[in-house]
Amino acid sequence: MGHSLTTFPVQASYFIATLLLVLGLKRMGSPRTARNGIVWAGVGMLLATIVTLAYLPGVWNFTERASWHRLVLILIALAAGAIPAWWSGRRVPLTEMPQMVAIYNGLGGGAAAAIAAVEIYSGRAYLGSLAFPVIAVTGALIGTVAFGGSIVAFLKLQGLMGSPRISGRHVINGILFLVVLLLTIANIFPSWVPAFGLPVSSLVGVFLVTSLILGIIVTLPIGGADMPVVISTYNACIGLAVGFEGFVVQNPAMIIAGTIVGAAGTLLTILMAKAMNRSFMNVWFSGFGDVAAVAASGGPARVMNSMDARDAAATMAYSEDIIVVPGYGLAVAQAQHKLWELVQMLQKRDVKVRFAVHPVAGRMPGHMSVLLAEAGVPYDLIYDLEEINSDFVNADISLVIGANDVVNPAARSDKSSPIYGMPILNADQAKQVLVIKRGTGAGFSGIQNELFFGANTHMVFGDAQDVIAKMISGLKEL
Amino acid sequence: MMTGFVALYIFLITAIAGYEIVARVPVILHTPLMSGSNFVHGIVLVGAMMVLAEAHGNLQVSVGFVGVVMATSNAVGGYVSTERMLEMFHGKEKK
Repeated sequence: MGHSLTTFPVQASYFIATLLLVLGLKRMGSPRTARNGIVWAGVGMLLATIVTLAYLPGVWNFTERASWHRLVLILIALAAGAIPAWWSGRRVPLTEMPQMVAIYNGLGGGAAAAIAAVEIYSGRAYLGSLAFPVIAVTGALIGTVAFGGSIVAFLKLQGLMGSPRISGRHVINGILFLVVLLLTIANIFPSWVPAFGLPVSSLVGVFLVTSLILGIIVTLPIGGADMPVVISTYNACIGLAVGFEGFVVQNPAMIIAGTIVGAAGTLLTILMAKAMNRSFMNVWFSGFGDVAAVAASGGPARVMNSMDARDAAATMAYSEDIIVVPGYGLAVAQAQHKLWELVQMLQKRDVKVRFAVHPVAGRMPGHMSVLLAEAGVPYDLIYDLEEINSDFVNADISLVIGANDVVNPAARSDKSSPIYGMPILNADQAKQVLVIKRGTGAGFSGIQNELFFGANTHMVFGDAQDVIAKMISGLKEL
Repeated sequence: MMTGFVALYIFLITAIAGYEIVARVPVILHTPLMSGSNFVHGIVLVGAMMVLAEAHGNLQVSVGFVGVVMATSNAVGGYVSTERMLEMFHGKEKK
């Protein structure tokens, strides 16, 4: 508190900026308005930033050189943050976007914690009612834990980290949680703590570092397949942390935009978890990846039938009804354009082709829809799980491209399977199943897939892009 | 100055609004919306700038500086990633 950006034009600008951010978020919730939603929010953000920048010199004494130095320092910080973020955001392939969202998100949590830290160092956090230190410190706690967790989410999605199984991690978590709780209280009431001749700042430092470790440890055992839910949870947490620090610096724009993300993000997390048939508690406290790895190691080795890409193309050309099931392999190979070309050729031969999109196919919910839309596949060919699942029985061929867990029949029948109960696409019920897959390995979750060993299944091994290219040339020769 | 209770009322109303915004979102928009809301909490930049502006001494200035860098990355990265995801919906207006 004590920030004096209270003149009318500043407040009016913050009001308009907040309105734009909230309306922008609202518009992002509908496919038709989503694209200009982000632009509205962007304009709001730009307005808030420029107004803050323009009025900051008013807070200081204009004649002081130190004030101008500070303004330059802020500009340097803006550039130092903006340039790498812009560059990486533009450059990274779309398939790696989820982990970039995780890292940008985590940095927001770090920023909220930094605000709290400065307010505590300066003593401003303790000037008003008790509400201020409580909210400042709680916000810092939430932001820092989410920051640590987001780094882990990034490393896991980037493939730089597995899900190590730490023995007695529940005990470690418990102790760490207790320590963080004590440090939280200590920072709210610093006068209760004997100083031991150390500067006040060390208490905040220890608190933030411990919270960061807690965030890392808590996220460590969660398997990669659950990362979307994890990132979404941290997104909501950081929204809340931003809202809290908004109260501390008395900025309504931060309070409203932050809280709205906290609430919207919480619901979004629940919706995502539901789409994967995973409960929120399950994701956070069961360790998906651990169980899966154990399950994969068992079971006798069996034979997969393989088929040449050209033969597969011919089979498809003389069928009548094909359902395509895209998965992460399609995204990795960037084969969506080639796939659409193949489908169009089949359509010219009067083959009925539809796409069945599982809500969590790929690495993020909606991943496949986005990918197919990019290739120009019309909406009316893309079907949801519920819409198409009863049609697989009538289909001649289900063409599975780089999908695995979302078509694993074990989810229906095998009670010991970690994905038991997850709704899957009934690809195995088609008269014939063609699977384009790079190798014989298990899926992202590490679970072996019965479908690949089915009597009516043929594997077409290879990178999706290469295989589909061969299929296209095969069709041309027919 | 805003008291704790005024803030509590704002939190309450805003939380309900946030819930309503997401209540009926199609699965296809889950990821872009998560990215978009990540951008929206980039508003933390405003607070970080204010705090850096009023910081005293090396420690406060350093922490404030790092705060502004992190907040800017949040806002800029959040915008770019959301925009790129939503680009996919370009010209696909027909339902």
